[in-house]
Amino acid sequence: MYIYLPIAEVAVNAFLVLGLGGMVGVLSGMFGVGGGFLLTPLLFFIGIPPSVAVATGANQIVASSVSGVLAHLRRRTVDLKMGMILQAGGLVGATLGIVIFNYLKSLGQVDLFVTLCYVVFLGIVGGLMFIESLNALRKSKRGAPAARKQRSWIHALPFKMRFRTSGLYISVLPPILVGAFVGMLTAIMGVGGGFIMVPAMIYLLGMPTKVVVGTSLFQIILVTGATTMMHAITNQTVDIVLAVLLLLGGVVGAQFGTRIGALLRAEQLRILLALLVILVCAKLALDLLLEPSELYSLSPLREAK
Amino acid sequence: MPLMRAVLLSICSLFWATLAPAEEIVLGLSQDRVAITATFDGSEILIFGAVKREAPIPATAPLEVVVTVSGPDEPVMVRHKTRNMGIWINTESVAVDSAPSFYAVATSAPFSQAMSDTEDLRHKVSIRRAIRSVGSEIEGAERFTAALMRIREENGFYSLRENTVALDQQTLFRTALSMPADLIEGEYKTRIFLTRAGKVVSHYETVIAVNKVGMERFLFNLSREQPALYGVLALLIAAIAGWGAAAGFQLLRDR
Repeated sequence: MYIYLPIAEVAVNAFLVLGLGGMVGVLSGMFGVGGGFLLTPLLFFIGIPPSVAVATGANQIVASSVSGVLAHLRRRTVDLKMGMILQAGGLVGATLGIVIFNYLKSLGQVDLFVTLCYVVFLGIVGGLMFIESLNALRKSKRGAPAARKQRSWIHALPFKMRFRTSGLYISVLPPILVGAFVGMLTAIMGVGGGFIMVPAMIYLLGMPTKVVVGTSLFQIILVTGATTMMHAITNQTVDIVLAVLLLLGGVVGAQFGTRIGALLRAEQLRILLALLVILVCAKLALDLLLEPSELYSLSPLREAK
Repeated sequence: MPLMRAVLLSICSLFWATLAPAEEIVLGLSQDRVAITATFDGSEILIFGAVKREAPIPATAPLEVVVTVSGPDEPVMVRHKTRNMGIWINTESVAVDSAPSFYAVATSAPFSQAMSDTEDLRHKVSIRRAIRSVGSEIEGAERFTAALMRIREENGFYSLRENTVALDQQTLFRTALSMPADLIEGEYKTRIFLTRAGKVVSHYETVIAVNKVGMERFLFNLSREQPALYGVLALLIAAIAGWGAAAGFQLLRDR
């Protein structure tokens, strides 16, 4: 069944879009990633104009994150305080990111830069996480406790604060910096930033994996909510019909994802996320390296009526 | 004196052609507006008509019919990728000033036979001529317009359908044009040309209006006129859907 999207001005197969939303929702609930890094390229692939895909993707992520966060809230695995502090940093970073984005746009190579950003960050994050979680999995099989709570320079910084849910007593500076960095990438790459936020919380801040997922989702709601509003007002590229199709699949998927996530061990969860990130990275890298079948591309310069 | 007769006839027809078309088009359309609803998945429009004439059918050359339907014009940026330092990136681009978003040509004979190159140039009938690209300084801009045509033909937005106009007794003609689901709004200019020996003897123009209706119209207008409200609505739907799913699953689990 085909549905005509009023803002994107294309017709799409409703079941295909429902399926896409569902798949991304499962991942969202499982790993605490918004799924934007998967959803946005997939929407390009089915023919949605890039500007609409980015804006509507953000809106769909709000829905699946709300669904996921509620499931996590019930299990008390959301560190609201940490989320708010990450968000404060995020706002600063996003503002900076928009400035960088507009500068690159004036140079005319923003598409390439965004793709390179994806390849580099997905590659680094995926690779590191894969190696680490493989080691952790091997250790836990041998029965040795995973030693992850070593004291580092992070614990020597001032402005300490207690994060009860995470069981942490650390300075507020690292969370603000992490938030700012992710916020910057969010603005440039057009994603929620969960795939960077999750490993950053685990490895840089030392938060327990179970809390990380819920907290990341909470943080993503705020970021993508603001992004949706911004796109709706400045570019008018949020397609509600597309969003509804995506989120119908997404919210149901997120519920399943959260339950699957609860069944798996933390190390297994991290390995799966690492593999997924590496896979997307490899796909994007191949697109850059292999000769495309169509060397020309069209972009109508349609003025907003 | 067959020669004299032919000369006289051609003078006559020339006279008629300059004064008033000896052959006029009476047109019918199965629909003169296309409504884009949520479940719109393309449309087929039947274009039919008759040739009205005061005099008997001229015996010079057989009558041919050319029908074109053209969507709203828009500028298009065409980019070309080349390999730089091992990766494929967009290096060149040409802005085509104006290309129809949709363009279909149907003819009653092979195109070159139905219309001469001069007439094509004057009326901009063939796909190549319907695209306007002036002032592009980059050398070899033709390959960019060629790429534009190739990509749009592959996607079904441009089509040349020769021999698809049925013509009876040089008087009645009909053709069916299918329009894809990915239509953009606007006025779709429809032109019908009658030709003899490649020359246009008469032409007729009308418009097929393509519009969003119902919910599609409402949402589109809202997003343009009340963007803040539209954004809040989008977020509200997202939040409610997220909450609804969470609550729904909770109920299922508690049972």
